[in-house]
Amino acid sequence: MNDPTSFLEQLKRSFAIAKKDRIYYSKGMVVILGLMMPLFLALAYTIGRNISAEALMPGLLGMTIFFTATSVGPGIMPWETRARTLERLVSAPVSGWALFLGDVMASFLFGVLITMAVVIIAFFLGVSVVYPLILGFGMILACFAFAAFGILLSTPPSDTPATIMMLSSVIKFPLIFISGVFIPISELSYWGRVVSSFSPLTYFTDLARYCVQGRSYYPITLDFTVLLAFSVAFLILGIKLHERTLPKRLQ
Amino acid sequence: MNNAIEVSELTKYYGELLAVDHNTFEVKRGEIFGFLGPNGAGKTTTVRMLTGIIKPDEGMAKVMGYNIQKEPLKAKQIMGIVPEMSNAYVELSAWDNLTLIGELYGIPKKKREEKGEKLLKDFGLYERRKQLVRGFSKGMKQRLLLCMALINEPRVLFLDEPTSGLDVESARMIKGMIRDLNKDGVTVFLTTHNMEEANQLCDRVAIINGGKIVAIDSPERLRARSSGLHSVVVSFDKPIDGKEMSRIPTVLEVVKMGDKMKLYTSEPGFVVPSLVDFARSKGLKIVSLNTLAPSLEDVFVKLSREAS
Repeated sequence: MNDPTSFLEQLKRSFAIAKKDRIYYSKGMVVILGLMMPLFLALAYTIGRNISAEALMPGLLGMTIFFTATSVGPGIMPWETRARTLERLVSAPVSGWALFLGDVMASFLFGVLITMAVVIIAFFLGVSVVYPLILGFGMILACFAFAAFGILLSTPPSDTPATIMMLSSVIKFPLIFISGVFIPISELSYWGRVVSSFSPLTYFTDLARYCVQGRSYYPITLDFTVLLAFSVAFLILGIKLHERTLPKRLQ
Repeated sequence: MNNAIEVSELTKYYGELLAVDHNTFEVKRGEIFGFLGPNGAGKTTTVRMLTGIIKPDEGMAKVMGYNIQKEPLKAKQIMGIVPEMSNAYVELSAWDNLTLIGELYGIPKKKREEKGEKLLKDFGLYERRKQLVRGFSKGMKQRLLLCMALINEPRVLFLDEPTSGLDVESARMIKGMIRDLNKDGVTVFLTTHNMEEANQLCDRVAIINGGKIVAIDSPERLRARSSGLHSVVVSFDKPIDGKEMSRIPTVLEVVKMGDKMKLYTSEPGFVVPSLVDFARSKGLKIVSLNTLAPSLEDVFVKLSREAS
């Protein structure tokens, strides 16, 4: 049997956890917060207004990627705690980091799949993307950052998914409104721009605007760098905080 | 290394409550070791510490030489665990649950599939391998948990109340499987509050109460140690007040058991003729008379009482 302490072996085991997490994709709360919510927000934003598809696309992509990639992660730990399946995972030869990375990967995959669907629909509606490759890389990086953010949101050791979902909504919604989704960053006030610079979503919408409309507020290298920094920070912080709260979940 | 499990001063607090109180014991390789105790005695907490699910506050535990705190991955790799509460994924099929556990233990695909198929066939679940676990009965879930615990061919198997609440057929199947595994060299650590189960299966048992181990020995030696728990069971043709029999010399306690009386004594050989004399003096006819060695349950109750 393979050495359980090797990094690659643990990485393989975290893929197994990610594969198992597909069972959470169809949970009601994930569908409502991950699919319905961005759809309704997009409809509320567009209906009755004369906005071109190109102008709408960056915000819509930002919203979709943010809501979908953060919709699965917050619920996994509470669900697993309640069902006592977490105990099964913890008793297996899997490191804490591999366990949480698996959950991040599951959220990431969900975000990528749904966002890809939105991109394909946009393509058939005639929206043209100026820099598709950059958009692809940006989507992957942003999805990972938001998936890690979703796992970070579930660190309170609750076994009630609704509690964590509510808590995550309280944090997620304000971010939507300050991140250049509905109003481009360049049109925000000075303080609006300062506040928006703290949101990871700001950098993806900026990047998406560059890829679709050919212009951005920040240099795209900065967008990529900040998204990468947020990914690493969220992942490390999420793993550390989960490792700290895990004993409380298992008592 | 003769010991499969070595535990030293293992201690766990839940807030103010001392759940496991500085316990030290060993489990020999190839042994079936029973951990007996009433609800809340600290059995499950001990198993959860030994399997690395929770961390002890004090003390140390080794499984097959691996310190569970310092080398948890290596220790967990050679363990199998059947927890008290069912925790298979009910949204997954039996096969997918087995596959998941196989992947978590790093078992190559071919071996995982061969082993999984064999286990599901052995436990009578193969025909329902594609069915979601949500639709399984408690007995089927417990058999699946045992399959999941065995997929990695563990050298030490932890079973927490494995037959609790099961139908007779499932309980018998699981007990048979425990014996077979043990014959193949697997060390078994079994927690139970079922005395008969411990008596039938275990080479040695530890009795735990209030978080503290009060005795460790083989079931037979534990019984022998409790000489005061020999008993004589008698029934008469008419009802009789047990208080009168408690005056018979060497009788320690009289307990009414339906239409019979159980007299605890250290000298059953003395009590039997005394009972005959007693019946004659009261004009009673003896319907049945049996002497009994102490049961494991008697030993358990006595030791638990002494501890508390």
